Amino acid sequence: MNIWNWVALGGAAVLALIVVGAARRRAGASASGRRFFRHPTAAPGLFVLAFFVLVALAAPLVAPYHPYEQIDVDHLQNHAPSTRYILGTDPLSRDVWSRVAYGARISLGIGALAMLVAVTIGAAVGATAGYFRRWVDTALMRLVDVGLAMPRIFALLMVVALWGHIAVPVLVLVIGLTGWFATSRLVRAEVLSLREREFVVAARALGARPGRVIARHVLPNAAAPIIVSAALGIGNVMLLEAGLSFLGMGVPSPAPSWGNMIADGWSKMAVAPWSATFPGLAISLVVMALNAVGDALRDALDPRREAV
Amino acid sequence: MTESPPLLRVRDLKTYFVTEHGSGTARAVDGVSFDVRPGETLGIVGESGCGKTVTSLSILRLIPEPPGHIRPGSFIEFEGRNILTLEPKELRAVRGNQIAMIFQEPMTSLNPVFTVGDQIAEAAIVHQHLSHAAARRRAIEMLQLVGIPDPEERVDHYPHQMSGGMRQRVMIAMALVCHPKLLIADEPTTALDVTIQAQILELLERLQAELGMAVMLITHDLGVVAGTTDRVVVMYAGQVVEQASTVELFARPLHPYTEGLLASVPRLDAPQQGRARGRLHSIPGQVPAATAWPDGCRFHPRCPYAWDRCRAEEPPLLESGAHTARCWLLAEPQRRSSPAPQP
Repeated sequence: MNIWNWVALGGAAVLALIVVGAARRRAGASASGRRFFRHPTAAPGLFVLAFFVLVALAAPLVAPYHPYEQIDVDHLQNHAPSTRYILGTDPLSRDVWSRVAYGARISLGIGALAMLVAVTIGAAVGATAGYFRRWVDTALMRLVDVGLAMPRIFALLMVVALWGHIAVPVLVLVIGLTGWFATSRLVRAEVLSLREREFVVAARALGARPGRVIARHVLPNAAAPIIVSAALGIGNVMLLEAGLSFLGMGVPSPAPSWGNMIADGWSKMAVAPWSATFPGLAISLVVMALNAVGDALRDALDPRREAV
Repeated sequence: MTESPPLLRVRDLKTYFVTEHGSGTARAVDGVSFDVRPGETLGIVGESGCGKTVTSLSILRLIPEPPGHIRPGSFIEFEGRNILTLEPKELRAVRGNQIAMIFQEPMTSLNPVFTVGDQIAEAAIVHQHLSHAAARRRAIEMLQLVGIPDPEERVDHYPHQMSGGMRQRVMIAMALVCHPKLLIADEPTTALDVTIQAQILELLERLQAELGMAVMLITHDLGVVAGTTDRVVVMYAGQVVEQASTVELFARPLHPYTEGLLASVPRLDAPQQGRARGRLHSIPGQVPAATAWPDGCRFHPRCPYAWDRCRAEEPPLLESGAHTARCWLLAEPQRRSSPAPQP
């Protein structure tokens, strides 16, 4: 770690604090914003998220080494954390901190993108089922029942096994395609009540096409549950990706994902616990932060629902 | 007055709802017929639950299906075309463009997540394919037309930033963007306080004169009817019970239900009978459930004149000049002088 890496890291932390501070100031203006920050874990959660996102974006600045670089295969395996290698090195002599920083890109990226896929499909299917009802609803919801009854990890393992090693975009797509069922149910329930609202009837009376009514009048009013389910869902997706990668079925080595880093360090847990522990800590921190923010969002956007 | 062909002809409209618990079919609208002529204002009056709103929603085919459905044999003709057989695409071309509707609740009829300008512009974008910039200019013009001050600024406001009266003006602006030939106003002033009510009605009247459209004004408020309409249709229990010009109806109500409605309007100039301050009249009982209309005349359980014939036979619409009423009193006028004792 040279001085510039420390400066960049400090800068990321400061910037994350500024982000939280700015969000807090803007939130003070609205009731839902105040409800959000009333959660004791909301601000720390937001900070952790902002910090890791910034680290991911600035990975080349905060990481002293390239994530694939084997610094010295003969002498630097399983080096304990030191000022030079702050999180130590892994069994293949790679800098753990550099890999954690670059791994944030992959793990957060997969989480966000796969959730985007899942939420998009879930919202579309849920809105279609809820708006048109009748046989459309019945058909789509039975499909969702099947999807929910399927153990997701086995479905994913099956897909991965069929294709062998798969590229990251395909992984994103597969996780997204198996993750929209719960969201679609949520959206459908919301749409069922929204479709009877007067402004929706008014939009139909105006001569708007069903697609337009759904896109402009129904879905924007169902945004709150969609956002909440997305925030809570990203954590799930990240855990899933970590699990798959740990099993060697997710992100292929040597690309660093927090999951496959745990797998790399796992066998040396007794002598060099740092190479599996720190990526594990990163996963736990981010997922906890996502859950904290998701919970706070739910209470902020839907004051009727009690905090669990 | 020359008879022009009617703009809207409704014949034998039956809109039924199948209730969930198998308690039968709610015959919300049960054989309604009336005409709307170009440029006139038709009032549709009745208590809550008599089928006024279902009638208006049926005209635009906005009845939620299921549970509702319009029975075969019903006929709604707008400018010579049967609305009930239009393809979805043709129907959308009529909605908002030829026939527009404004709703009762200005608080809930606007989408909370869009600016009022966006919502007014929507019909123009849908039907006239205006660009966003042109639609926005159009929205500003419309806001001006409905008398909202600072339209350039107001166009970017959200519904929650406006008062009820302003929102109802916005609703009217939305409905009138495409200059419809028929405006259906479903209780447009019910949710507003009285001074705003008068302003909205004046506005509707002015716009009607300027744009030359016909208005179907649905209301339970006879004061509103008296001030603004040319003709009145009185509805009770899913049927038309009386139909006449407004002047005629107020001067000579034929149906006992209309009589009752008129007598229940508080008046300062009413001849005082008995005590100095008479009790306000009310029609005894309430509108029966739509799943079980009474046999015979549907009003007989609440009618002060009812006799055996009313309980046994359902009266048709009987004519008295240009005035029609669904009441056996028109066939046996001598009965009117001797009201039966109330049950």
